[in-house]
This record gives sequence, C-alpha cells and structure tokens, in this order.
Amino acid sequence: MEIKVVKDILGANEQIAERNRQLLDSKGVLAVNLMSSPGAGKTSLILETIKRLKGKTRLGIIEGDVSSSLDAEVISKEGVPVVQINTGGGCHLDANMTHSALGNVPLQDIELLLIENVGNLICPAEFALGEHKKVLISSIPEGDDKPFKYPSMFHKADVVLINKIDLLPYLKFNTDAFSQAIKGINERAEIFPISCATGQGIEKWVSWLLTQMSKRQS
Amino acid sequence: MHELAITQSMLDLVLEQAEKAGAKEVGKINLVIGEMTGVVDECVQFYFDFLSKGTSAEGAALSFTKVPTTARCRGCDKAFELKEFDWACPYCQGNDMEIVAGKELFVESIEVE
Repeated sequence: MEIKVVKDILGANEQIAERNRQLLDSKGVLAVNLMSSPGAGKTSLILETIKRLKGKTRLGIIEGDVSSSLDAEVISKEGVPVVQINTGGGCHLDANMTHSALGNVPLQDIELLLIENVGNLICPAEFALGEHKKVLISSIPEGDDKPFKYPSMFHKADVVLINKIDLLPYLKFNTDAFSQAIKGINERAEIFPISCATGQGIEKWVSWLLTQMSKRQS
Repeated sequence: MHELAITQSMLDLVLEQAEKAGAKEVGKINLVIGEMTGVVDECVQFYFDFLSKGTSAEGAALSFTKVPTTARCRGCDKAFELKEFDWACPYCQGNDMEIVAGKELFVESIEVE
C-alpha cells in the first residue's frame, strides 16, 4: 500500500523555529542569525556591534560552536548576556538547540539577539532557528567565487557582509563581480563591505540593524 | 554532515506516517531532493541504515528523485536549469533571476505493508 505523504523533511524543525519566533516576537526581540565559514569574522563582528550599540540598545548573544566556550568568554567581558551552545560535533545550530538556549537568555531585558551559528557554509542554510533575519559574512581571503560554490547560503541571506576589506590591496578579489554574483542568486540581498579590523563600513551595518528594530516596533 | 539531522527527521516523519496508517513494515520511501539543498544520497542512505535499525522502516528501500536547480529570468521570463558557475540567463545573459525549483526536501510517499 502506498501512502501519500508530501511533507517537508525539516517540517519539525520549521515548527519549532516558528515557536521560537513567536516567543521572540512576544518579547519584542529582533533575532539575527549570523552565518559564515570558520574564521570569516562572526565573533569580531559581534564585538564591533556591541561596541557601537552599547547604550543605544540592549543586546543578547547566543554563541554556537562545535566545542569550547572561548568566544562566549570573550563576549561576556563586554558585559552582554551570552549563552553558549556546544553542538558536540554537530555542524549547525537547529531550532531545538536554539529553543533550549532561549530559556537561558534574559529576553525581557534585551531588544536585539545575535545568534552566532557554527562556522560552516553549507548546513546552517537549511535549518531555520526562528530568526527574523539571516546574515552571511563572507571575507575577502575566502575568494570571490563563493556565491557560485555555496549558492544555497547566498540565496537565503537577507544581508551579505563582505568582511576584511582592509586586505583588498593584498589579495585578488573582485568586489564588483562578487556583488554581481550575489545579486544574480539573490536579488533582495543587501551587501555591505566592512572591516572589523579597521571599523570601516561597520556604521552602515549597525544602522541597518537599528532600522530593522525600529521597523518591527512601529 | 547535515544529512544526519535530515535523515533523522525523515525517519521520524516516515515512522509517524506508518504508525498512523497502522503499517507493520515500511518497504519503500520515496524522497524528493532538490540539487540546491546539497543533500548527498549516499550519506542519507548510510545514516538511514544505521538510524532505522530496530524500527519498522529497517531495510526499507530509499528512492531519490533529484530536482535540478531551475531558475526563471526576470528579464526575459524564460526558465532554465542552472549549472555550476553559470549563474546567467542563457537566453539574454541577464542575472536577475529567481530560483523556481531545486530547494525541495520532502517525503513524497511511503510504501507499507
């Protein structure tokens, strides 16, 4: 006997993600899922963002790593609530892990939640966490061919940050070709060139965040 | 690596549907997987063999229907299959396009006894 199913394999994850989103909405928190390959600058971006938003908005951080709490320790020095998720070998965060972590985030005290996903350009694209926006950080040393090699990730991003632009004079990277490739895959993606090392472009990213927050509150 | 989580979710879904139908055994699982998801059939099979042990889906055959990544050009409105490193419309060379297929990841049907 054949039984028609036609159900999304990741439907269960999507359902939990939707519940996470409802919880965040009820507390008035904007959640952003930060994704990139390892070493592209997720933690540096979080630190730069905290620096500029201190006093302007109340932040919380969820740190996803395969193991260790190194990043969480660095961030907690900034006086921002941070919850560590160790996936124990898992290559991405999922909605269920995020749900558990949310229980430890003081949601009533924050307005913006940055979720640092596990460094990986493949798997995180498939797993919704309950975030409102997906942000992809792609850095100059990774090369300008990445949109073609990892289209799913670029396709789903609301924002692509091109990090480490201070290295442009030393490396072969065609920013125009890179941006054009992203637009081809994902027309609505907003692209901001930044450098967490020099601070260049970070203001634009931060003002994008503030705009998203005010859009949600209005 | 995300195939482990995907296979576990797939198996949960299959077992739930089989139980609902009062089935004793799942003989075949028909899956539809878009190329853009990057899900590797061999990996799913490997994890399935391991995860399904001792369940009513143990030994079930997996059938994979792959859906090529297909885009529609917003410039000339034609649809075409996207190839790696070729993210441009073959008709008008534009690159303003939307993905219309290739993101599928679902269980189409199961065959049970």
